[in-house]
Amino acid sequence: MERVVDPRATSREGGLISSEVVAFLVMVAALVVAPAIAYPVFLMKALCFALFACAFNLLIGYVGLLSFGHALYFGWAAYISAHAAKVWGFPPELAIIAGAATGAVLGLIAGALAIRRQGIYFAMITLALAQMMFFFAVQAPFTGGEDGIQAVPRGKLLGMFDLSSQTTMYFFVLAIFIACFLLIYRIINSPFGEVLKAIRENEARTISLGYKTDRYKLLAFVLSTTLAGIAGATKAIVFQLASLTDVHWSMSGEVVLMTLVGGLGTVFGPVAGAFVIITMENYLAPYGQWVTVIQGVIFVICVLLFRRGIVGELAHALGVRL
Amino acid sequence: MFDVPPQVLFGQLLIGLINGSFYALLSLGLAVIFGMLNIINFAHGAQYMMGAFVAFLLLQLGGVNYWFALLVAPIVVGIIGVVIERLFLQRLYKLDHLYGLLLTFGLALIIQGVFRNYYGSSGLPYRVPAELAGGHNLGFMFLPNYRAWVIVVSIVVCFATWFVIERTRLGAYLRAATENPTLVRAFGINVPRMITLTYGFGVGLAALAGVMAAPIYNVSPLMGADLIIVVFAVVVIGGMGSIMGAIVTGFALGVIEGLTKVYYPEASNTVIFVIMAIVLLIRPAGLFGRSA
Repeated sequence: MERVVDPRATSREGGLISSEVVAFLVMVAALVVAPAIAYPVFLMKALCFALFACAFNLLIGYVGLLSFGHALYFGWAAYISAHAAKVWGFPPELAIIAGAATGAVLGLIAGALAIRRQGIYFAMITLALAQMMFFFAVQAPFTGGEDGIQAVPRGKLLGMFDLSSQTTMYFFVLAIFIACFLLIYRIINSPFGEVLKAIRENEARTISLGYKTDRYKLLAFVLSTTLAGIAGATKAIVFQLASLTDVHWSMSGEVVLMTLVGGLGTVFGPVAGAFVIITMENYLAPYGQWVTVIQGVIFVICVLLFRRGIVGELAHALGVRL
Repeated sequence: MFDVPPQVLFGQLLIGLINGSFYALLSLGLAVIFGMLNIINFAHGAQYMMGAFVAFLLLQLGGVNYWFALLVAPIVVGIIGVVIERLFLQRLYKLDHLYGLLLTFGLALIIQGVFRNYYGSSGLPYRVPAELAGGHNLGFMFLPNYRAWVIVVSIVVCFATWFVIERTRLGAYLRAATENPTLVRAFGINVPRMITLTYGFGVGLAALAGVMAAPIYNVSPLMGADLIIVVFAVVVIGGMGSIMGAIVTGFALGVIEGLTKVYYPEASNTVIFVIMAIVLLIRPAGLFGRSA
């Protein structure tokens, strides 16, 4: 049976680690220069989704768990941080931490339920729990229903940097993204990450080696939802808006699509996938519903013909790890 | 708490049974498909919607009535399902099950997107057939004929499906092929064709549910999108190992949802998900599931 992730794509092989360092430096350099060429708001949106997709990929790519409800953590973190910044007057850094905490707490509850079943059931449970919390978001008074929470203040970072400037905001978002990206890289290359990959390859054998795999899966789930929370909270601060779009199941589908297009289980794939999908949506925005149709077509093509994704294919062609 | 007027209580129970009929038909289709294909058919909601639209379009364009649509729509959508299986799904059987979910999710996006593009997101009315208009006053409640019809048909269809799978020779082949397709092929049975037809049948069931739903809910491109997520929760609660389990769970959850609307309406959207969470805590394999 072909696995979701080719084990060779994520195993450490001597002498090839530098390919990731080079790719990382190229990515950072490109992102630092990017605001000179592209519109900063567009870049910030893409970075938030890139972080969201990286968080999602931590589960599907390294533990083999398909969460079909990641919009829950993204969207609810956006609501809580928007509420904290607007109503409680939190500064942006605290608002984002509040969002991360939201992701962690919700992830702990949902994860503890979902890991009780495997495979396809896991995906259905995460989706169903996310849908439940979507209905809560529709009904809860503080979320503002269809309007969402609007006019969220961006505030001053650490009381010093005024985030109403797009450039300042951009570099703040970039710093968050790079910090989280490095954290994920550290997680997947730690002894903990090796156990996660072992669970992905053969859970029964990992249990027989004495690992309490449920604890590893739950911790990985909470790490992923916390990072998804940071992504959602950052997006709420950037766009000064938290709305139902962010908690809807179509958002969960979108993050799956980004990761699939970029390459499941590759370090850089989700970033590439997020930029491709956000760019595509930007250009196709005038065509309304056809965007959904095109997303569906990309899903079908990726699953049938292009399972490694952009970065996965590139890494395969070059014979390196990316 | 118990001072609810009987008309309200029985009215909601009826709505619950109607919703339960659709949960049962859809989760039954999902279970049958999953049994043979090992794929969770995310496009099930979209195919239910297609069933309703085929009925709607037959009436609008050809003046074809409900009764004919009830027969034609499942066949048309079932044939589309057969084509989907031959074109796409059969390429996935050797891959991780998750790819089936992703591919059918993509198909659902395509189907729903195309219909939304042409018909918008608002509901289109479909009239109750004249033969089933009106209703009966049962004393404690008013029972519209059409709703009684939907409940009866779905019970009949569900039990017919159960009978075919559990009590006939064809069903024995199906169950055997679910357990061990290679061995069944060695006996000279065309398993790939059986898989294709099973998918067509499961999809046809969804379309049948769609036609029956058309006069009750309106016909709209997204009518199946949220429904399928509830049906997933139903499937998690019941477990997909048992056909009867899928049927019973579907009806029971519909009724529980209806009762929630009477006693605590705020929770009526979420009660099925809450029950799913409780079942996961107490019986992780699901009520009728054989193993996790």
